[in-house]
Amino acid sequence: MSEAKVPAWVNIALIPFLNILLAFIVSGLVILAIGENPIEAAGYLVYGAFGYDEGIGYTLYYATNLIFTGLAVSVAFKGGLFNIGGEGQAYIGGLGVGLVCLALDHTMPLYIIAPLAIIGAAVFGAAWAYIPAYLQARRGSHIVITTIMFNFIASSLMVYLIVNWLKEDGRMAPNSRTFEENAWLPYLHELLSPLGIDIGDSPLNLAFIIALICCVFVWGLIWHTRWGYQLRTLGTNPTAARYAGIDTAKVTIWAMLISGGLAGFVGINEIMGVNHNLLLNFTAGYGFAGIAVSLMGRNHPIGIVLAAILFGALYQGGAELAFEIPTITPEIVVVIQGLVILFSGALEHMFKDRIEGFFIRRAVA
Amino acid sequence: MTNNTVPFAIELRDISKRFGAVQANKDICLQVPAGTIHGIIGENGAGKSTLMSIIYGFYEADTGFIEVDGKRVDIRSSQDAIDAGIGMVHQHFMLVENFSVLENVVLGAEGGALLKGGLTAARVELQRLAKEYSLDIDVDAIVEELPVGLQQRVEILKALYRGARILILDEPTGVLTPQEADHLFRILKSLKEQGVTVLLITHKLREIMASTDNVSVMRQGEMVAHRETQHTNTQELAELMVGKKVRLTVNKDEAQPSDVFLSAKNLTQFDSQGVKRLKEVSLELRAGEILGIAGVSGNGQSELLNVLSGITPMSEGEIQFAGQTITAKAPKDAAQMRDLKMAHVPEDRHKMGLVTGFEAYEAAVLGYHNSASYNGKILMDHKAMLEECKVRMADWDVRPPNPHLKTANFSGGNQQKIVIAREVEQNPDVLLIGQPTRGVDIGAIENIHEQIVKLRDSGKAILLVSVELDEIMALSDRIIVMFDGAVVGELDAKDADERTLGLMMANAYNKEEQGVSA
Amino acid sequence: MFETLILMLDATMRVSTPLIFAALAGLYSERAGIVDIGLEGKILGSAFAAAAGAAIFGSAWIGLCFGIMASISLAMIHGFACITHRGDHIVSGVAINTIVAGLTVTLSMDWFGMGGQTPTLSGDARFLSITLPFADALADVPVIGLIYSELLSGHNILVYLAFAMVPMTFWVVYKTRFGLRLRAVGENPHAVDTAGISVAFIRYRALIVCGILCGLAGAYLSTAHNAGFLKDMSAGKGYMALAALIFGKWRPVPVLFACLLFGFLDAVAVRMQGVVLPGIGEVPVQAIEVLPYVLTVLLLAGFIGKAVGPKAIGRPYVKERA
Repeated sequence: MSEAKVPAWVNIALIPFLNILLAFIVSGLVILAIGENPIEAAGYLVYGAFGYDEGIGYTLYYATNLIFTGLAVSVAFKGGLFNIGGEGQAYIGGLGVGLVCLALDHTMPLYIIAPLAIIGAAVFGAAWAYIPAYLQARRGSHIVITTIMFNFIASSLMVYLIVNWLKEDGRMAPNSRTFEENAWLPYLHELLSPLGIDIGDSPLNLAFIIALICCVFVWGLIWHTRWGYQLRTLGTNPTAARYAGIDTAKVTIWAMLISGGLAGFVGINEIMGVNHNLLLNFTAGYGFAGIAVSLMGRNHPIGIVLAAILFGALYQGGAELAFEIPTITPEIVVVIQGLVILFSGALEHMFKDRIEGFFIRRAVA
Repeated sequence: MTNNTVPFAIELRDISKRFGAVQANKDICLQVPAGTIHGIIGENGAGKSTLMSIIYGFYEADTGFIEVDGKRVDIRSSQDAIDAGIGMVHQHFMLVENFSVLENVVLGAEGGALLKGGLTAARVELQRLAKEYSLDIDVDAIVEELPVGLQQRVEILKALYRGARILILDEPTGVLTPQEADHLFRILKSLKEQGVTVLLITHKLREIMASTDNVSVMRQGEMVAHRETQHTNTQELAELMVGKKVRLTVNKDEAQPSDVFLSAKNLTQFDSQGVKRLKEVSLELRAGEILGIAGVSGNGQSELLNVLSGITPMSEGEIQFAGQTITAKAPKDAAQMRDLKMAHVPEDRHKMGLVTGFEAYEAAVLGYHNSASYNGKILMDHKAMLEECKVRMADWDVRPPNPHLKTANFSGGNQQKIVIAREVEQNPDVLLIGQPTRGVDIGAIENIHEQIVKLRDSGKAILLVSVELDEIMALSDRIIVMFDGAVVGELDAKDADERTLGLMMANAYNKEEQGVSA
Repeated sequence: MFETLILMLDATMRVSTPLIFAALAGLYSERAGIVDIGLEGKILGSAFAAAAGAAIFGSAWIGLCFGIMASISLAMIHGFACITHRGDHIVSGVAINTIVAGLTVTLSMDWFGMGGQTPTLSGDARFLSITLPFADALADVPVIGLIYSELLSGHNILVYLAFAMVPMTFWVVYKTRFGLRLRAVGENPHAVDTAGISVAFIRYRALIVCGILCGLAGAYLSTAHNAGFLKDMSAGKGYMALAALIFGKWRPVPVLFACLLFGFLDAVAVRMQGVVLPGIGEVPVQAIEVLPYVLTVLLLAGFIGKAVGPKAIGRPYVKERA
C-alpha cells in the first residue's frame, strides 16, 4: 500500500543515477589512490568516448555487444531466471556465425550469408542455453550453477574446435582463415559514405542496427504478447503461473532459448562485423558485462540501450584514458563495471528503501 | 489499576507500534495474572501477532513498556525475552527440520562452545520436563519425520528448557487435528497447574471459551475489552471482535439443484514426497447448488481444489466434467479446465490468484490471457483489457477504480473482488471457490456472499471450501466434511449443526455414535 | 607405472590444495545460507595481495596475512550486500569477481608497473617445500619409500594445512556450538532468530571464516604454487571449487574427495597432452579439462545421485511482518 506514494521518476531515474554516481565516486577514489587526478581522467574518458566521430563509433560498437548480452540477461530475468551463461552462449553463437561464413563465403553473396549467419548465431546460442534450460525446467537443476559450468565447457570446446579443426593450416595462431569479403558485415561508415555522411572509420557495423531491432522485438515480446504476459507472470509469481494454466517448463525453456539466441548475436558483431575470422576469447567478458547492463537498465530495452552506451563509452573512453595516462590500465573500466553491479544490483536496497521511505513519509505527512 | 499484592506475571503499558502508515498496535494495556491461561482474540489483522512479537522481542514497540513479575523489562531481542522467562510457540514452527529434537531444543542454549556436554545435559533435563508435564517425545527423532502435533510439542519443550514461565502460543490449533488440539489444551492445563502463565492467541471463539480463565479482545490494533471467561459468551465476544452485530446467516432461498455438472470418483493424489494427500475422494456437484467442503485446514481441501482445477495432476481416479472424462492418463491442465468453463477462486490470492506486481487490468485477465477478447493477431489488446477492467471495477465497486494501480496496493477485500469478478464474469458452469472471505473486511464479506448466492441462483454449480464453519453453514446447501485427505461425512445443510460438523471434522462422529450405542 | 601414478598423485595434491581451501570456504558460507559465487574473486584478490605483500616485505607469511585480509574484506562486502542489505547473493558475487578482476590489474600496474604482474618471488617470500623427517633415508625402501618421500613429503606448509582443514572443518561444523548454529541458520534462520541468536552475526562470522580460507587459497597460488601474481591467475578455480562443493554435497569429507578428483583430472590432462592411447588415439586435453564441469552438471541433473543444498540458501533473511 506504500509504493503508490513514491513518484515514478524516483525509481526510474533518481535511484539508478545515485547508484552510478556512487560507482563513479568509488572509481574516482581508486584513481586518486594510484596518484592520478580523477577529474582529468574523467575528461579523457568522456573525450575518448564522445569527443570525435571515431570515438563515438567505437563506443557504439562496444555498446552493440552489450545491448545483445544485456537483453539476453533481462529476458531470462523477466522469467525469474538468472542466466549467467551469456559468455558461453555468445561464444558458441560466434561459432555458428563462423561456420556459416567459412562454409559459404566462397560461393554465396552477402545477402544470403548474412541472414544464415544471423540464424546460425541465434540457433547456436540458443542451443547452448537449451541444456541448462531443460535441466532447470524438467529436473530442477539450479540454472545459475549449470550456466556457469557451461561457460567453462564452451571455452574448452572452442579451444578444441579451433585448434584441432578450424585453425589455418601451417599457422600457429589459434584462429580460422579470414573470411572472403562477401562474408563481411558492412561497416556503417561504408554504408553512410555514399549518402555523403561521414562518421569516421570505426568497427561500428550493421550489427548495431540489428541490436536496435532486437530491442524493439524484446519490448514488444515482453510487454505486448501473450507469451510475454506468461513470462512476466512466471517471473513474479510462479504459483500464480501454474494456477493460470501456464506451461511453466515450456516458458522457462523458451525464455532461455531467446536469451541464449540474443547472446549469440555478439558473434555477428564480433566475428562477421569486425574480426572476420573465428578466434579464441572474442567474447572478452561481454556476457558478464550484460549483467551490469541489464541491472543498470532495469530490464527495460530503453534502459538497456542507455546503459549499453554508457558502458560502451567506458570501454572506449577507458582505452583512450590508458593511452593518455599510462599508469591507468583499461581494466579500470572493469572495476567501474563491477561497482555498478554492486551498487545497482547487490546493494539496490541500500538507497531504495531509504529514498522510498522518505517519499512515503512525506506523502503521509 | 488494582492494588494487587501479587504482581502480574506480565503487564503491558500503553504499547504502540506503527509500520509505515499502518498503526498495528495502539495504546495496548494488558494485565495477566500469574498461573492463568489468558486468551487474546481478534480477527485476522487485528494486531494480535504484532503484539506478541513485541512481547517476544521480535519487534520493538514505538512507545510503552512491559513489566514481568512487577519489574519493568527492556525487551529488544528474543534473547531478552527468553532471559525474562518468556517463551513462544509460533504459528509456523521455528524448527530446523533436519535436526533432531535434541539439537532443536539446545539451539541457542547449548551450554558451552562444544556440543557434547550440552547435549548430554539437555537429554537429562528433557526427560525430567517430559515427565513433569507429560510431554513424551523421542529426543533423537528427526523433526521433519514427526507429525505436526509432536513438532509443536518440541516447540513447547524448547521454551520450557529455556526456563519459560510465560508461554505465548500464536494460533496453535490452526494446523492441528481436533484430537491433537484437545491434547494441546490438556498440556496447557497441566502447565498452568505447574504455575506457568499461558497467553493463547486465536481467532477461534470455541477455544477461548473452553480453555481460558480470562480473555482480551483486539480490534483494529486496539485492545477493546477484557472479560473473565466465565462471565462472557461466544456471542458477546464475536460482537466485540467485529465491532457490530454479526450476521451469521445469508439470505437465500431453497436450492433448486438439477443436472450433475461435475462428478469426481476416487480422486487420489500423492505429493512429491509420496505422501497421500487426497484419498479416494468422490463427490457430485449439481447445477444450482452450493456444496460446502468443511474441515480443519490442511486436511486435503487445498489438494482437492488444485486437482479439480487441473493445477496439480491427480494420481488416480476420474473426473466427469463437461462431457469429458479426465483421468491421470488423460489429464487436463488448468488452462484446459478453464476452457471447459470451470472457474477457480484460489484460497490464497497473494500466492496464487494475483500477480501483485501487475497492474490491476493485467491481473484481471490472469488465466484468461489467451482468450480472443484480450488478443489481436499477434499482440495483446491492452485497450480492450483496460476498458473491461474499468467496467468491472464499477460493477463490483472496487476501490480505488484505477486499472493502472498495482494489485499489491489494493486492500484485501478489493483484491478479492478483482479475483472473484474475474472468475465469475467469465460466466463459468462450475465455480471452485476457496476461503472467499479470508482477510476481507466485513462490508465486502456480505457483498461476496451475495454474489455467490446469485451465481447459484442463475443455475451454476459452486464448490465452496472454507475453514470458517460459520461461512460453510451460512452458504452451503449441502456439506461434505474432509479429514486427513478423505471425505468422512456428507449432510444436508439443514441437518448441520456445529456439534455434528465438529465431530465429523475430528473424524470422531461415528466413534462417538458407536460409543453411545455400546 | 607405479612411479608415474605416484607422480600424478603428487601433482594431484598440489593442484587440489587451492580447491580444498576454496571449497571449504564455500562450505562455511553456503552452510550458513549465503551463496558464494565470489570465491573466484576472493582467491584472485588474495593471490594479488599476498604476492604484493611478499614482494614488498620479503616474507611469505606477511604476504599470507595481506592475502587473508584482502579476502576477508571482500567477504565483508559480500556480507554487507547480502546480509545487511538483503541483496541478491549471485549478483553480489558477480560484482566482487568483476571488481577484483579489474582492480588487481589496475593496482599491480601502479605498484609494480609490470603489465599486471608482481615481481618474481624467491627465498623467504615464497612458501617452500618441507622435507619430512627421514624422507631421504626412506626413499629407497620399495613402495612405502616412494609414497613417503615423493607423495607425502616435499610439499609446502599450505598443502599440509589444506588437508588438515578437512577434519578441522568436520569438527567445527558437527561438534561445536558455532557449527550447530551455522547449520541451523542455513536451514531455517527463523528458528535461530527466535532462539535469541543473531542471524546476521552468525552469517558474518561464517563469511569471515570463508574469507580466511579463500585467503589461504589465493596466497597458495601466488606465493607457494607459483612465484608471483599473474593477471587472472585464479583461472576459474573458484568456480571449480563451487562445483566441488556441490559435488561433495556440502559435507567436508565428500568435498575433499571431489577436490581430489578434480585435481586428479587436471593432473591427468597435463599428463595426457599429446599421448596417443592404443585403440583410442589421442584424447583431447580439453575433454578431460571439462570433466569436472560435466560431472557437476550431471549431478545437478540428478543423473548421478542428488545434490540437495541447505534449505534457506540464497534467500535473504527478513523478519516476517505480522
